[in-house]
Amino acid sequence: MVAKQTPDMANHIEVRGLRYLRGRRVIFDGVDLDIPRGRITAVMGPSGSGKTTLLKLISGQLRPAAGSIRVDGQEVVRMDRQALYRLRRSMGMLFQSGALLTDLDVFDNVAYPVREHANLPEPMVRSLVLMKLEAVGLRGARELMSSELSGGMARRVALARAIALDPSIVLYDEPFTGQDPISMGILMRLIQSLNRTLNLTSLLVSHDIKEACRIAHYGYVIADGQVIGQGSPEELRHSTEPRLEQFLRGEPDGPVQFHYPAAEYAEDLLGPIDD
Amino acid sequence: MNNSRGLELAVGIFVALGFVALLFLSIKVSNLAEYQEGESYTLVANFRNIGGLRARAPVTVAGVRVGRIAAIDFDMATYSARVKLAIDSDYDKFPLDTSASIRTSGLIGEQYVELEPGGDPDYLADGGEIELTQSALVMERIIGQFLYGKASGEK
Amino acid sequence: MIEALVRLGAGSLGATATTGRAGMFLWRLLAQLPASVRRPGGVVRQLYNLGVLSLIIILVSGLFVGMVLGLQGYNTLVDFGAEGSLGTLVGLSLVRELGPVMSALLFAGRAGSALTAEIGLMKATEQLSALEMMAVDPFPRVLAPRWLAGFIAMPLLAVVFSAVGILGGYLVGVELLGVDAGSYWTNLRTSVDFYDDLLNGVIKSVVFGAVVCWVALFQGYDCVPTAEGVGRATTRTVVMASLGVLGFDFLLTALMYGEVG
Repeated sequence: MVAKQTPDMANHIEVRGLRYLRGRRVIFDGVDLDIPRGRITAVMGPSGSGKTTLLKLISGQLRPAAGSIRVDGQEVVRMDRQALYRLRRSMGMLFQSGALLTDLDVFDNVAYPVREHANLPEPMVRSLVLMKLEAVGLRGARELMSSELSGGMARRVALARAIALDPSIVLYDEPFTGQDPISMGILMRLIQSLNRTLNLTSLLVSHDIKEACRIAHYGYVIADGQVIGQGSPEELRHSTEPRLEQFLRGEPDGPVQFHYPAAEYAEDLLGPIDD
Repeated sequence: MNNSRGLELAVGIFVALGFVALLFLSIKVSNLAEYQEGESYTLVANFRNIGGLRARAPVTVAGVRVGRIAAIDFDMATYSARVKLAIDSDYDKFPLDTSASIRTSGLIGEQYVELEPGGDPDYLADGGEIELTQSALVMERIIGQFLYGKASGEK
Repeated sequence: MIEALVRLGAGSLGATATTGRAGMFLWRLLAQLPASVRRPGGVVRQLYNLGVLSLIIILVSGLFVGMVLGLQGYNTLVDFGAEGSLGTLVGLSLVRELGPVMSALLFAGRAGSALTAEIGLMKATEQLSALEMMAVDPFPRVLAPRWLAGFIAMPLLAVVFSAVGILGGYLVGVELLGVDAGSYWTNLRTSVDFYDDLLNGVIKSVVFGAVVCWVALFQGYDCVPTAEGVGRATTRTVVMASLGVLGFDFLLTALMYGEVG
């Protein structure tokens, strides 16, 4: 195991042949992804393309129907609960809603994983938490309850909590959705600086292509359960794949239809015409 | 800190209230106190028919409660019901010819055993048997006898 | 016809799967119970939420149920000239049956629905996922303390209910209708057995507390994580927990007093 983790193994996360179904709907059908170590990788796609599901699969909260997911060379798919918990200590996740524990204040929220996993004396917990809060610029807000925070602040607190245990991977679920331009800018700068200073592997899923492309080193676009494009943001922008073009430019009609598949309009309204 | 103290206080009051209620039910409402009256000794009585008598029913003398029914078994040797009476040790001087009868409190009330002391100079000891017993009155039988007697009388 | 059979089949499969998940859920709750005992802080907080906040409804309902029992019992017994037995009627009905059952039904409505809503909301706002991602098992931290608090709180609420009810019966029977106070209390004491009645009633309510909280927590944990899903789960909790209480009541009553001679 240890031998496999030599620096030459550039890919921190490897996904091969991933297949996942929700009920009878196919969410992923043969998806391959390589997430390089220490970089920011963005997975983009239209809503409902299963981006959040992908993060849950990588962190082992969901199990795929087929395929393999390797993190640091270890197979996530076959892990039992204890192995998963060990893996997740090296992973942070920023949820779309922040997902702060509502009955705790900001300080205790960030301190929660530290108190759970590191048996540290309280003064050390305190300075550690304050360091993380300082990193997201919210050291002054430590006594607020999570219900008193704005959406952007909640997300920053959640980010501080996600990095509290110094993980090597951080997963971002739609970090820019529903943010005003200022807090979006703050978040983008934070993701970049955390990535640089902590040498994090960052994987973010988003449908905000512009923002995602601005900070990502590498990008994947998924639609209809498959990877339809990959490459650096520059390469993606110049791709000629029609579905990719439509998605990146935000055109209302194209290979991805505005209309949900349906019978002929006239026929639907008037009933089958028989003469 | 203050907040959590208030919470703990409220929970403390709640738990205390629960135990007070339990104590009230145990002492004031249930017969727990009587269990602790301690010592008792056993008398045995055979009845041809016990009617609706059940374990834990009271045993009284002159209307005063002196014990309770400990157990009811069927005795194969005599084909009768063998009733064990647990009598408080305070009342340990019942004459040998004491009689026991099964009575009903009120018209539809619970059945209990009434002891009537006789005049024998010797007393019943622990495990002693009461020889003179009177079975429970079974309503159907009384009504039946009444109708039968009436019918035969008219003939 | 075929369509109906298909629907029946799908329904049975779904019900079986849910039962299986509920069973697994119970197993994990049981396994994590010792861990939550070791952290009494969480249990105390839940005792507040489940017990203290249910106290008002239990006190008021207990009083009224006792008063109604006193009134109805008196009107029935007085026809037989047996109004002296009012204590027996009020006491036995409350301690054996009404205390544990009524308080469990009220508990399902008041605390059970709140539990489901709380857990469902934690799921909908991804707090449960967040705990999982922090490598924190929500069972020992979130679910088991609530369960434990449930079956500590339930018997306490039930005895409070019975006690208040007996006082309510006293108020109406003795103070209002003129039954002799001495015969009310004496009747109670001669007819209510500590082990057979009071203790069995307490055992019942412990079981009810476990059932109600199990259903409530499972419904919250298993709900569809949307506002509508949480709402539906809350309703299901009240319905299923109430049915569960009544079902177990029959079962336990048959076991405890089955040898009706």
